[in-house]
Amino acid sequence: MSMSEPTPEGRFGDFGGCYVPETLVPACQELDGAFRAAWADEAFRRRLDDLLRDYAGRPSPLTECPRLSAELGLRLLLKREDLNHTGSHKINNVLGQALLAERMGKTRLVAETGAGQHGVATATAAALLGMECTVYMGEVDVSRQELNVFRMRLLGAEVHAVATGSRTLKDAINEALRDWVATVERTHYCLGSVMGPHPYPWMVREFHRVIGSEARRQCAELVGGDPDVVVACVGGGSNAAGIFSGFADGDAELVGVEPAGGAAVGRGTPGVVHGSLSYLMQDEFGQVLEAESISAGLDYPGVGPEHAHLARTGRARYENVTDGEVLEAFELLSRTEGIIPALEPAHGLAWISRERQALAGRTVLLNLSGRGDKDVDLVMGLQG
Amino acid sequence: MSGSRPGRLEASLRAARDRGRKCLVPYITGGLEGWEAAVEAAAAAGADTVEIGIPFSDPVMDGPTIQAAGDRALAAGATPGGIVAAAAELDVGVPLVVMTYYNIAHHMGHRRFARSLAEAGVSGAILADLPLEESGPWTVAADDAGVETVLLAAPTASAERLAAVCARARGFVYAVGLLGVTGERATLAASAVVIAGRLKEITDLPVLVGVGVSTPAQAAEATTVADGVVVGSAIVRRLLEGQGPEGVGSFVAGLRRALDGAGP
Ligand SMILES: Cc1ncc(COP(=O)(O)O)c(C=O)c1O
Repeated sequence: MSMSEPTPEGRFGDFGGCYVPETLVPACQELDGAFRAAWADEAFRRRLDDLLRDYAGRPSPLTECPRLSAELGLRLLLKREDLNHTGSHKINNVLGQALLAERMGKTRLVAETGAGQHGVATATAAALLGMECTVYMGEVDVSRQELNVFRMRLLGAEVHAVATGSRTLKDAINEALRDWVATVERTHYCLGSVMGPHPYPWMVREFHRVIGSEARRQCAELVGGDPDVVVACVGGGSNAAGIFSGFADGDAELVGVEPAGGAAVGRGTPGVVHGSLSYLMQDEFGQVLEAESISAGLDYPGVGPEHAHLARTGRARYENVTDGEVLEAFELLSRTEGIIPALEPAHGLAWISRERQALAGRTVLLNLSGRGDKDVDLVMGLQG
Repeated sequence: MSGSRPGRLEASLRAARDRGRKCLVPYITGGLEGWEAAVEAAAAAGADTVEIGIPFSDPVMDGPTIQAAGDRALAAGATPGGIVAAAAELDVGVPLVVMTYYNIAHHMGHRRFARSLAEAGVSGAILADLPLEESGPWTVAADDAGVETVLLAAPTASAERLAAVCARARGFVYAVGLLGVTGERATLAASAVVIAGRLKEITDLPVLVGVGVSTPAQAAEATTVADGVVVGSAIVRRLLEGQGPEGVGSFVAGLRRALDGAGP
């Protein structure tokens, strides 16, 4: 199976769709048309490719991990999205959406952010293209990702701390949607993951497809073919969708790793929030539950609809790990390879480390979606 | 279908319009302390229909006032089933409509939710994040149960889109008065009268303006074109401030007087 276009209504199997207030429907339809046209336009693609190369630093390397591989008894490869400009995979999507917004004549970007990486990337693209930028971030995340708040402000963005609900990513998205409802004529909502109403899940995955395409080529050169297993952390699921899209039509196992406290696929049921039908952590009445994770970027009760489809069809499977396991993995990679990962991709490594016996002797590719600078403070605090 | 007989909600709003009366639809968040008495007070003070909100955890079409009311109701243990059951006990003499978000209906099951509304005597439903394109499975169940699905029509819509919305709307067409979420505004947005006018040209259904209608003067201004108004945050704020059913009743009576003055 390959990860291709959803239906015109934005369905991946049973999941997806466009569940937004009526005010936003024309904007979503306009975006769908604009994205289709841009994606088929060589000049647009060239401009994005140039920015990805000359500004963001792509292609990102594929790194062998000899010491950690020896310790785990498998062959571990890292796709180094942490080395992109701004420090995570988020820049791939943001450069695409910012160019698209400009092409649609929008002068302002609004974004939600959890860990702050998507907010920083959006603020960066806005600075680059001379656009206004407003970022919504839950109060809890503002205090646990202070460094990124400062970076966004330095880049000229307005950052609003959101004090409603769980005061994390879910509520930041609510607030960004409310902003967009009021400002839709001149504002583009630069959504940060493969979630939300159609065309976002598809469009954001396409902007991240570059991760999987590069990785497949790099794996062919380095190991002579696809890895046995491809692993990525899953919040909304954008870095996972990006790397999975390069391998979905082959034989590699695809594994998404969720936080135990935000396991939408693992513990959720089908539901609709933030524009699409997908797996969702909700109570018996359909009220959305609050996620709880050490990682601000994965602290979300939902998941992108294409992941729900990949899970239901069995093409990918979804596992979860605890905060404790994540902290161990964070230290493990730092100590053995000299790479400090973000807490989000440390989830992927935590699962690999736990399953080392089952994975013995196999080639495992982990999408290292971001670097850990933003988390060093938090981990330092936990170690007392 | 357009050929079928209008439901109770549409029939009663049409009857009011035929009498030269402007329609008044107060919104009250279900599950707030004293909400049932507030619904009764609003009806007694001259409402033509009362809209009862079923709180949802992530109300993206709502501003701070209705968000706060929903949070308070949920914290007090409000559930969709509980609110609908309490609505069944109300005897207010005007049709009731519930307003909520799609996941509440989806989670309970379209048929079960629609049937529960019908059995409680609720005439209509508004699902704030269920646009026309996605509304099929719900509207089939709602039609079967005899529940009228009110659709929103926004200033951002093209002429074709407004026509499609009007063709599928039941009860009335909810004209979104401005670009933005619910909440009180100092003045009525110019877009309120514009969207009402665009809709009046293409539909015979009652056209009611909501979102950003917060004072008697604004209600009167909106109904120079529209058939009526929906007023939410200005009422819910009074409940949150502890003004109780009396506060709601006297505010709704003021809206009623303003609308009657503006009638032909
Ligand atoms: C480094 C990193 N990885 C992953 C994520 C989670 O997003 P997604 O699941 O969309 O890849 C984030 C989000 O903030 C992040 O910063």
